[in-house]
Amino acid sequence: MIMDSPVQVLTVADFTLDAQVKWCPGCGGHAILSSIKKALPETSDDPDKVVFISGIGCSSRFPYYIKTYGFHSLHGRATAIASGVKIANPELQVWIVTGDGDSMAIGGNHFIHILRRNLDVNILLFNNKIYGLTKGQYSPTTPLGGVTKTSPEGTIEQPFIPGELAMGAQATFFARVPDNDPGMMKEVFVKAAKHKGTSLVEIYQNCVIFSNQIHAEVTGKEVRHDHQIYLEHGKPMLFGKNKEKGLIVRGTRLEVVEIGKNGVRLEDILVHNSTASDPTVQFMLTRMSLPEYPMAMGVIRSVEAPVYEEMLEKQVAQTSQKSKIHSVTELLHSGNTFLVE
Amino acid sequence: MGKKKKIIELDSVVIKFAGDSGDGMQLTGTQFSDSSAIIGNDLSTFPDYTSEIRAPEGTIAGVSGFQVHFGNKSIQTPGDQADVLVAMNPAALKSNMKWLKHGATILIDIDCFDEKNYNKAGYTSDPLEDGSLDEYHIIKAPITTLTRTTVAEYNIDVQTADKMRNQFVIGLLFWLFNREISTGENYLVEKFGKNPELLKANISVIQAGFNYAENIEAISTTYLVNPAVKKKGLYRNITGNIATAWGFLAAAEKAKKELFLGSYPITPASEILHELAHMKNLGAVTFQAEDEIAGICSAIGASYAGKLAITTTSGPGLALKGEGIGLAVMTELPIVIVDVQRGGPSTGLPTKTEQSDLMQALYGRSGESPCVVIAASSPANCFDYAFTASKIAIEHMTPVILLTDGYIANGSELWPIPDISKYHEIKAPHVKNNDPDYKPYKRDDKKLSRYWALPGQEGLRHRVGGLEKANITGEVSHDPLNHELMVKTRAEKVQRVANYIPEQEITGNKNGDLLVIGWGGTFGALNTAIEELQKEGKNISLCHINYINPLPKNLKEVFSRFKKRIVCELNMGQMANYLRSQYPEFEYSQYNKIQGLPFMIKELKNKFNEILKEI
Repeated sequence: MIMDSPVQVLTVADFTLDAQVKWCPGCGGHAILSSIKKALPETSDDPDKVVFISGIGCSSRFPYYIKTYGFHSLHGRATAIASGVKIANPELQVWIVTGDGDSMAIGGNHFIHILRRNLDVNILLFNNKIYGLTKGQYSPTTPLGGVTKTSPEGTIEQPFIPGELAMGAQATFFARVPDNDPGMMKEVFVKAAKHKGTSLVEIYQNCVIFSNQIHAEVTGKEVRHDHQIYLEHGKPMLFGKNKEKGLIVRGTRLEVVEIGKNGVRLEDILVHNSTASDPTVQFMLTRMSLPEYPMAMGVIRSVEAPVYEEMLEKQVAQTSQKSKIHSVTELLHSGNTFLVE
Repeated sequence: MGKKKKIIELDSVVIKFAGDSGDGMQLTGTQFSDSSAIIGNDLSTFPDYTSEIRAPEGTIAGVSGFQVHFGNKSIQTPGDQADVLVAMNPAALKSNMKWLKHGATILIDIDCFDEKNYNKAGYTSDPLEDGSLDEYHIIKAPITTLTRTTVAEYNIDVQTADKMRNQFVIGLLFWLFNREISTGENYLVEKFGKNPELLKANISVIQAGFNYAENIEAISTTYLVNPAVKKKGLYRNITGNIATAWGFLAAAEKAKKELFLGSYPITPASEILHELAHMKNLGAVTFQAEDEIAGICSAIGASYAGKLAITTTSGPGLALKGEGIGLAVMTELPIVIVDVQRGGPSTGLPTKTEQSDLMQALYGRSGESPCVVIAASSPANCFDYAFTASKIAIEHMTPVILLTDGYIANGSELWPIPDISKYHEIKAPHVKNNDPDYKPYKRDDKKLSRYWALPGQEGLRHRVGGLEKANITGEVSHDPLNHELMVKTRAEKVQRVANYIPEQEITGNKNGDLLVIGWGGTFGALNTAIEELQKEGKNISLCHINYINPLPKNLKEVFSRFKKRIVCELNMGQMANYLRSQYPEFEYSQYNKIQGLPFMIKELKNKFNEILKEI
């Protein structure tokens, strides 16, 4: 069948900028950039309608490496700037690129507020658990006891779990991906873009210089089948090389079980529901950590909720319809005026 | 039957309404001001809020006030001191004594002048008995009792009845100033129109106050302030904050753009946010951000995407916005930052006025970070300067800081409603889709402004950001000479705004003995003082500056024509120091006041006379 107006299909090349990528060789950023470029043709049919807005840090150089509109802004403020962009032009597909220092420390306030407002934007959080660009200080996600330039005896601060913070801020979409799984990254980035509302994707990113192998326990090729669980909506929560392990709820806790052992059957395994508006189970999944549990990957939460700019547009339309004042001249002549003759 | 009126005509009168912050003194003052406008007086008002919403009743801390100055001539300030004080309780009396003219009339609610309230106000003796009020004319009216009696026939509880005491005051003052009751009613109709019972009760209380005044011995004389000779036309009473909000709406209309305000509440700037939140019908969108930083950053985002973007704040908020302003300087995006100045540093005096953010506005950022700074100088002209700030921001692609202050922001004056069709168009330097020659830092030859390509536009994909960029191409650049070129270009761009602003005007002779230099919200007081001295034959002129960076091109020449110059401002001398740095060839003396209060005309005249004697 011949279509009347064939849809122009974009490719990676349409988003590839002729610019030198200045991340360190081996940095997780390269794989993330590559996956985004693969995801974009599926999320957008017009590169002119895509904007990448970043804060400050290694991750935030991202807009210089992709052929869309781009704004490399201030440390921690990308979320605030993106809010203005999205409200000003809701037609734009807005991506925010940030790091663990940028969004969890200096931009923590803007981070939680964009989530609760639920603007339809996508946040890529490069979490390498360290400050890279300033050369190796601990970040709000550095594990307790982590030895860095500014914590020679180990940190004495509890780290943030970004997903936990996000759900506390009523995030409608939270996903987690490792930077060494391009397929998973692309799939999740597409889902994030298609979600209506603020999508947060935490990327376990490796910094080859200052926190090399920080995620190796989770992302290492040898261990990842046992140390990651890839969650998919409507599917049982299984992991392990042969999907022999799974999660059940016992009492008020999640528990790792093996199918066939102690009478556990496949039907007993929890089925992932990312669309449940009650975040209780999603919250438990987000908090899972080694060694007791595998780390949850994939889309953990994706729920429908009113979107800020849509509600705003509705109010603007309704107010305009109701009001008798439609120009500044009408405004100036409204209410109490006094005629001098 | 009422007594015969003895009427004295006056040129102008200042009335101060004072009571508990819950007594509705702002409402009463506004209602009285409106009635003055209706009969054709010129006027100026100023509210005097407390920092606390409801400080303990009856205490000095809880006193809230509203001053109105009306007259048959041009009225430019709310007045130094009051001719009439309305004191709803002893605390209101005590805290306002120093702002009274000798022989002023004081109207008190005698029902509230009891021992309990004397104690709360900190009186150690009864001011009505101890002789401290001997030089004043006291009207002791049982306002509470008579108001309650008047509304007894309505189904109204005592608390609500007591809130109507202010209408009794209105009635009494209407008789005292020979006004028709109907001129006070419109205000009530608008306020209580939906509740006819309450409306009727309020009007009957005005009537009761009016009748009471007519019948008592204490008021033997009434006063008449004739209409001011003003140009024909339609006027309205407007505060600086509302005028600022409306000026932005006018600019948006003339730029054919929607208005975006990203802002965080702060005294005394919040009314601009409140007002624009109600203007969705004119396409204005307000975003109440999580903090001052997000306020300006959301505005920068909106500007990047093509809106007329504004953020509003006061001194402490401007400090937080410094980083964002720097980004707007670097990305050369248009944005207007309004700083409604208040007493500082730190939290300082949130409800009091000051002009102490000038240096912060000019220099309070990292790096060489020039932006345009302008200042409004009266409540009504906040409209024009908000408009102009937007026009400069958009046409020159630069952040503009608009300075107002608590005094003109909350104060009001009568404003001849302008004809918007006569305002200039605002022409945004947009780029056509797919322009093959577009480069992010290619510039207009004359203005040196870059062009405004919006995300979403076809074929103009580019990247902006806070890192230094290469001239023209906009690529990230750390090249030393390029940086110097860009720093100088950004500075020159701002300086060239001087080619697009009016020359400095002066009030009075173009040359002479003494040139008084002021800026911003002190205009009313300075101009009144100088006009009075000029009438006395003194050789004195006023140069009141609205365009601060860049300064008007003829300013140096203006300065050179006077023997002496004195810079008057509500700070330690920030404008004086700025002028010394810009025009070091002149000497500047200073007159400064840092009390959170506006200049008084009297103190200005004394100072100027002192200097004139030396010349």
